[in-house]
Amino acid sequence: MRIACLVKPVPDPEHYDRISVSPNGTLVRAGIPIVMNPSDRNALEEALKIKERRGGDVTVFSMAPDDAEGVLREAVAMGADHAILLSDRNFAGADTLATSYVLAKALERFGPFDLILAGNESADSSTSQVPSQVGVWLSIPALTGVAEIEHNESLTVRCSSEGGRAVYEVDLPVILAVKRGINSPRYTSFAGIIRANKTEIKIVRAEDLGSDASMTGLEGSPTKTLKTSVLDICRKGEYVEGDAGDIADRIINELRKAGALRE
Amino acid sequence: MAGEQELVRKAVIEFAEREVAPHAAEWDEEDLCPVDVLKQMGQLGFLGTIVPPEYGGTGLGYTARAVVLEEIARHSAGLAMAAMTHYLGIEPILRYGSEEQKRRYLPKLATGEWMSGLATTEPSGGSDLSGQQTSAELKDGKWVINGRKCFITNFDIADVCVMVARTGTDDKGRPELSAFIIEKGTPGFEQGHREDKLGLRSSSTGDLVLKDVRLDESALLGKRGDGIKIALGTIGEVGRPGMAAIALGIIKGCLEEGVKFARERIIYGKPLTNVQAIQFMIAENRTDYDAARLLVYNATSLKDAGNRCDVESSVAKLYSTEAAVRCAERTIELMGGYGVMNQYPVGRYLRDAMTTISAGGTSQIMKVVIGSDSIRKMQ
Repeated sequence: MRIACLVKPVPDPEHYDRISVSPNGTLVRAGIPIVMNPSDRNALEEALKIKERRGGDVTVFSMAPDDAEGVLREAVAMGADHAILLSDRNFAGADTLATSYVLAKALERFGPFDLILAGNESADSSTSQVPSQVGVWLSIPALTGVAEIEHNESLTVRCSSEGGRAVYEVDLPVILAVKRGINSPRYTSFAGIIRANKTEIKIVRAEDLGSDASMTGLEGSPTKTLKTSVLDICRKGEYVEGDAGDIADRIINELRKAGALRE
Repeated sequence: MAGEQELVRKAVIEFAEREVAPHAAEWDEEDLCPVDVLKQMGQLGFLGTIVPPEYGGTGLGYTARAVVLEEIARHSAGLAMAAMTHYLGIEPILRYGSEEQKRRYLPKLATGEWMSGLATTEPSGGSDLSGQQTSAELKDGKWVINGRKCFITNFDIADVCVMVARTGTDDKGRPELSAFIIEKGTPGFEQGHREDKLGLRSSSTGDLVLKDVRLDESALLGKRGDGIKIALGTIGEVGRPGMAAIALGIIKGCLEEGVKFARERIIYGKPLTNVQAIQFMIAENRTDYDAARLLVYNATSLKDAGNRCDVESSVAKLYSTEAAVRCAERTIELMGGYGVMNQYPVGRYLRDAMTTISAGGTSQIMKVVIGSDSIRKMQ
């Protein structure tokens, strides 16, 4: 089975308190380490588990600048067989549509793949749009919010969302966007690191991909960020007076109103 | 550091944060060495960095080993001590073992399937190697060993130990010491008293008793009379930089915990980080960390390049272990009353730091090594 896995380098979520917004509205991420998007690690773990059970190989794809090579090397150290970095000046400034276009072109160019896995959302922008859009570009089904994958004769996929759960039986090829709770990603072994250092990270430019320049990067992005602002989140405080019984009644009442306690 | 070493560091940090940090205080309190975690570390390659691939290791080297020890010690210096000592059993087999000995032991040790240790210290002393009383006599083709080793880390979890015993006297009448490989379960080879240590409590330390232990001649490691060379080489170039790397991890812990506390603690309406006196303490911890880091990785880089590093290792150990004590005391002071509460880890860091000083030779012994080398070179 040929499996592709889409990974995105993101600023380390552990350091989000250090991100600020500059006066002209752009995000300042200086000094924050770049890591593999957390749910993409879960997608890779799922890909590796399927490969171990069913055989085949895993190729990771990322559309990112050249310096994101380390994240792909980490994916190889975890167990991926091949890594392809889609890096070109023309890809810069892409929204989800332009990103999914480039990823879909790469999946066609290096495919076909039986199964494509990705994280359900990125930690930095959280749009959750890219996996579905890749599915549209490739004309294959896409499922998001994947919480469990069972791979027997066919593929049984359990998805969860705020509204409930759904179970699908799907044919291949398919693209699945997995949630973080689906598994616990494996630790990187030192043997994996040595292998990663011997594995070529293939850098693919726009011309190798044959992509249409008007569909990539800023030019191919219908979404424009007009303004970025920091949400002012603070706790609502209220001073409650009276005897202990009154205060307890009041607290219980407030909790009920907030839906935290049932009647 | 090279990209490969940074990937190594990242892999160890991820493991340590998930598998070590949440349990470190409990292991310390219960004086428990978590063997299952050591085994997991072995499977990931953390215990075989100095073993070449042909013997089942990764061959990543001594700097990678120091990275493992630093990042594990960042959360549990005791667990790092157990891992550090495991390497003291590997190194002499790697350097002096016969091909048969290497094939028998190294693949199991590199993957943590077997644990190991080094047994040199006796009740008569640790640094005074030639004063040892444990004897090994060759009788009817067997080495018959009698004696007692003390303060041996991993004494109860090691499946195989490298030990040193007196095998006679040389032509000048000086004690002749030789090294042996001894496996757990060998008749007459027993575990003795378990020590209750001040710090590094997630490693176990105790006595090994040898009563008429009979070993095949093939258990001799290196040549007869190589004991001092093997023990001192291992302690001087692997044990001491290992202790320095553990101390470095403790310093890192002090630096990070101090900054975290100072950022969160509000005093007079502002975080502690706004107070210049607190900034000075953090600056001193940072300076100690950077200095210790350079010294540790200088020593291990020399070793990786195939050079001698005994003096540089002593410099690194002297500085790092004493700096770890300073940093722990300073961080406790920075945290005020919270610093002495056991719900915070810095009290443990201080106990661990103090315990690193005597392991592998005291600060005074380090000064003897460094001082005599300096005097010899500058004559």
